[in-house]
Amino acid sequence: MSTTTHQPQKSEISFTVNGQRATVHAHPMERLLDVLRQQVNLTGVKEGCGEGECGSCSVLMNGVLVNSCLVPILQANGADIVTIEGLASQDRLHVLQQAFLDCGGAQCGICTPGMILAALHLLSKNPQPSREEMGEALSGNLCRCTGYTQIVESVAEAARRSTGR
Amino acid sequence: MRSNPADYELLAPANLQSILSILADEPGSWRPIAGGTDLMVQYAAGNLAARKLVSIWGLRELRHIDVLPDEVRIGAGSTYTDLRANAIIESEFPLLSTAASWTGGIANQNRGTIGGNIVNASPAADSLPALLVYEAELILVSVRGERRVPYVSFHTGYRQTRLAPDELVLAVCMPRRYSEYQAYARKVGPRNAQAISKVCMAALSRLAGGVVDDIRIAMGSVAPIPLRLKETESTIRGHRVDPALVSMAQQRAAAEIQPIDDIRSTARYRRAVAGNLVAEFLNRLGSGSAR
Amino acid sequence: MRNGNIVGRSVPRKEGHDKVTGRALYVDDWTLPNMLYGATVRSTIPRGKIKNITFGCGIDWQQFVIVSAQDIPGKNCVALIGEDQPCLADGVVNHPEEPILLLAHRDRHLLPKAVAAISIEYEPLPAIFSIEESERLSEIIWGEENIFKTCLIEKGDVHRVWEMADHIIEGEYRTGAQEQLYIENNGMIAEFDPRYGITVWGSLQCPYYVHKSLMKLFNLPEDRVRVVQMETGGAFGGKEDYPSMIAGHAALLAIKSGRPVKIIYDRMEDMTATTKRHPSRTRHRTAITHDGQILGGEIQFTIDGGAYQTLSPVVLSRGAIHAGGPYYWPAVRIQAKAVATNVPPHGAFRGFGAPQSIFAMERHMDEIARVLQISPIEIRRRNLLKPGQTTTTGQIVSEETNLDKLLNRALELADYDSQKARFESENARNSKKKGIGIAAFLHGAGFTGSGERYLSSVVGVEVLSDGRLRVLVSSTEFGQGTNTVLCQIVAETLGLAFDDVLIAQPDTNQVPNSGPTVASRTAMVIGRLVQSAAIGIRGTLTSGGFLKEHYSREEFLAACRAYVEKHGPFRSLARYEQPADVVWDEEKYSGAAYAAFAWAVYIAEVTVDLTTYSVSVDDFVALQEIGKVLHPVLATGQITGGVAQGIGFALFEKVVWDQGRMQNGQMTNYIIPTSADLPPIRVYFEEWGNAHGAFGAKGIGELPMDGPAPAVVNAITDAVGVALNSIPATPEDIFDALSLNNQAGVISSTTVNRD
Repeated sequence: MSTTTHQPQKSEISFTVNGQRATVHAHPMERLLDVLRQQVNLTGVKEGCGEGECGSCSVLMNGVLVNSCLVPILQANGADIVTIEGLASQDRLHVLQQAFLDCGGAQCGICTPGMILAALHLLSKNPQPSREEMGEALSGNLCRCTGYTQIVESVAEAARRSTGR
Repeated sequence: MRSNPADYELLAPANLQSILSILADEPGSWRPIAGGTDLMVQYAAGNLAARKLVSIWGLRELRHIDVLPDEVRIGAGSTYTDLRANAIIESEFPLLSTAASWTGGIANQNRGTIGGNIVNASPAADSLPALLVYEAELILVSVRGERRVPYVSFHTGYRQTRLAPDELVLAVCMPRRYSEYQAYARKVGPRNAQAISKVCMAALSRLAGGVVDDIRIAMGSVAPIPLRLKETESTIRGHRVDPALVSMAQQRAAAEIQPIDDIRSTARYRRAVAGNLVAEFLNRLGSGSAR
Repeated sequence: MRNGNIVGRSVPRKEGHDKVTGRALYVDDWTLPNMLYGATVRSTIPRGKIKNITFGCGIDWQQFVIVSAQDIPGKNCVALIGEDQPCLADGVVNHPEEPILLLAHRDRHLLPKAVAAISIEYEPLPAIFSIEESERLSEIIWGEENIFKTCLIEKGDVHRVWEMADHIIEGEYRTGAQEQLYIENNGMIAEFDPRYGITVWGSLQCPYYVHKSLMKLFNLPEDRVRVVQMETGGAFGGKEDYPSMIAGHAALLAIKSGRPVKIIYDRMEDMTATTKRHPSRTRHRTAITHDGQILGGEIQFTIDGGAYQTLSPVVLSRGAIHAGGPYYWPAVRIQAKAVATNVPPHGAFRGFGAPQSIFAMERHMDEIARVLQISPIEIRRRNLLKPGQTTTTGQIVSEETNLDKLLNRALELADYDSQKARFESENARNSKKKGIGIAAFLHGAGFTGSGERYLSSVVGVEVLSDGRLRVLVSSTEFGQGTNTVLCQIVAETLGLAFDDVLIAQPDTNQVPNSGPTVASRTAMVIGRLVQSAAIGIRGTLTSGGFLKEHYSREEFLAACRAYVEKHGPFRSLARYEQPADVVWDEEKYSGAAYAAFAWAVYIAEVTVDLTTYSVSVDDFVALQEIGKVLHPVLATGQITGGVAQGIGFALFEKVVWDQGRMQNGQMTNYIIPTSADLPPIRVYFEEWGNAHGAFGAKGIGELPMDGPAPAVVNAITDAVGVALNSIPATPEDIFDALSLNNQAGVISSTTVNRD
């Protein structure tokens, strides 16, 4: 195999995260996960597996749930990213965050940011999901503490509160 | 994370032509990356040999679903979510939309693409049996132009395809002639979601006057490539569905496939389950309850 | 002064706000200035001598900090019960993935290639990988007979029972290794300052275990080692002893480099190199009357401890004590042993030996029922312990224990009789077979026997200048609710508001040693101690004239402020004392093994699809008696989480081994249930009180791990009529069992390993 003398350079990559513009210098193949955690200091995005299985790294990218451990930062150029840090406004928690607190949806908390974003993504498309629909929508977010029972209850409670029912 | 980002180049040209030029200039040197749901896993594990990557994510030329009178043309950059959201795919090609719903969790469905699935060529991929029974054709594209290849001949061996080093899959085409067919799809994995299949089946059948007029059965995870079970099909074609036929087809299917023992399952389990799935399909046909 | 509205109510989780906003700081969320990243070079063979280590070309080794066993100033061991496990291998390796060298560099991305560039030449020695191979003694890899520990429990005269028996029923039951799979991987940051010594921050359960091991490794006195627990993303026992290893590694690199060092494992390293649940083999031989009364029996309980002793003696002990289940044994001999093999040492995982021995007991009860043609319910009913009777270790069952009532309530909640009848009639015409299965079990809370006395835990409650109180314990929060429950207890005891009580981050510089956060001891033992310390605060205030006997919350807070202003900050300490009625004989291994047992009956409904041989758990009733429900949401969460892990243990979680190394060390291939794989788990409690726990609470952290596997496997057996005595019971295993049973022809297959 021939050796290349060409050293890949970092490039300037800009995106919006939680409503704020961010510009980073990064190698194009740095993972969105690592850029968010290390360069933008959004440590609420977690690494659980590095293989797109556990969903702890889930973020919304252009309104769509993705595993940030599988996104090369270059592909996030110009994107609109939302992480857990973007949910609460001032001192008021998002209805999902409050429901997770009230119903036991968070135990050790490591899966919680990704889980809440996955639930947010679900409720944005399906405001009154059935239990089965919740099970499917959250099946890409693994939790080892709760057995999912109270996570589903949290999401159901958030759905109820959102529609004032 | 076992790779060093500094060792990798990734370009994201704005259009397909630029990408094809890059592929043509240095054939085999540049690896296309779409949603990254396969390649980024290899990368994180330290197993991505390709050091130069070119992004085909989100290209307009690749991400579209066109409904023409006789065929549906799915851009190779269409994600599984795109497939699931399309009403024509859901009504006319339910095996594909079902397979799309099986492929990873929602986050991976939002990024994984049908083209990536095809080129990655894992025999365990959920969508590929559906493409076989729908008799899909691939449009491959390079600077030299486009060519159409029947999907059934695309895989030449374990993770080997007919894709030339300077080519991309442009689109997957499927003829719109299955409205009279009954469809059956089933994935058998270690759990209900986010699972690599142990056996995966897609089948279509048409009855005429109580006799099986046409039948197509394809399976994943039972051979080095996604497999059309031609011998099993010929056992069934032209016959009525009765218990004797079901039993014969079940045994034929179990014998026709080439499963292995691996980290996920055993060959003997795969054979038994493959036979059972064929039997389940035929029994539903016989009772008129297949979809 | 009970106000009755904090304990027993689902107050907000103390650190919950930080967790749902992403503000909670786990070890990898934190960096120190000038920090380096560390990585570990590990053995690729299961056993052998290290001949040569070569640092390959293409790496500028000058840039790397390199540490070997030679750099260890103290004793090269991870001090735990024994000191046989090296911190870094020195000339010899005894399991795949054993740590040999450590590297550090400023750029974490350069480490994997550097690790790969180090080649180690070994002289391999024959290795052993199973209990049977270990017993064969053709290779001695530990001690004189590959045995870490034996344990013998004898009650009554077992020799007599065989001649009185109408039936003698034997069975062998096996459980496989299980990976804890906390979603946050193991990690540590270490720093050395010549003025203060070593400080480590990390993901861990037991700050003082790490503290003790670092003292030994570095030959430092206790005030020159500081251990701080950061927010910990799940543990389940997997961070009980292993953190001592990583802390030692990070600290070695920190001392050598003069800079802080962070080591974070990736998922594959964590799965393949760290501890798992001990695989087990249990052999039952039971003497039974024709109407199903246990006369006595022998139980041989053997666990595979891996290459070093670590926690095997205590896992063995708990497994042996629970091996007889919640039943009355007039006579029993339980012979237990933990053996050595050349795999990474196994360790603590929720349940700690009991899930293994209880799986065997509960499967065996169903087998007995089948042989005698008595129902699985009746066989249990006739043998469940009654008040006044004694357990296998001779512990007297207390007056309020009513297991018959517990059983009846579970049956009612599960609608057992009508479901069973319905399944029997429906199964005949269905290729999906339904079954219902039961498990009755117990779990002792706190350290076994003299363990709590040996630990001699100390807790503190201190008064802050603003009048609020702060709990000081080394007991850690990792999702189970430690922070919340301990604050509830103090608030309720003193008549304060929940927000008046805080809890300190576990930092060995700040908190006393309240022992490890294990063994279901925190709510019960530490809760009780914290209550005493709180009462001590009140006593000091009243005897000092700052507080009247009857007071309001405001008056209490004012009294605290006044005291601090006059006398300075103060704290009340409380030390564990063994209750007089909990007497254990360590020599004879008899007496009161635990201060309290929690009791449970679980019932699972399954469907076995004979097309795919897959099992779905359709309904799960988890009924347990836990003394007192301190916090309904947290208690329920413990049960649902434990049940999910137990279902995983039964059906999904298979470790694939090859030459002692885990082959499926990725989340893609090591299967835990997703939200699409579990039914809503129905949780119910009984509260019979507990003299030895705060507000009557018993420990519950591990209880829910013991019952699900046998309940589910009993249900499968009920559904398809073949006995499954080994877990995980995968679809492949169910297929094989059915094939053997039906003597169906197996079509020949080619086996080519492509992976």
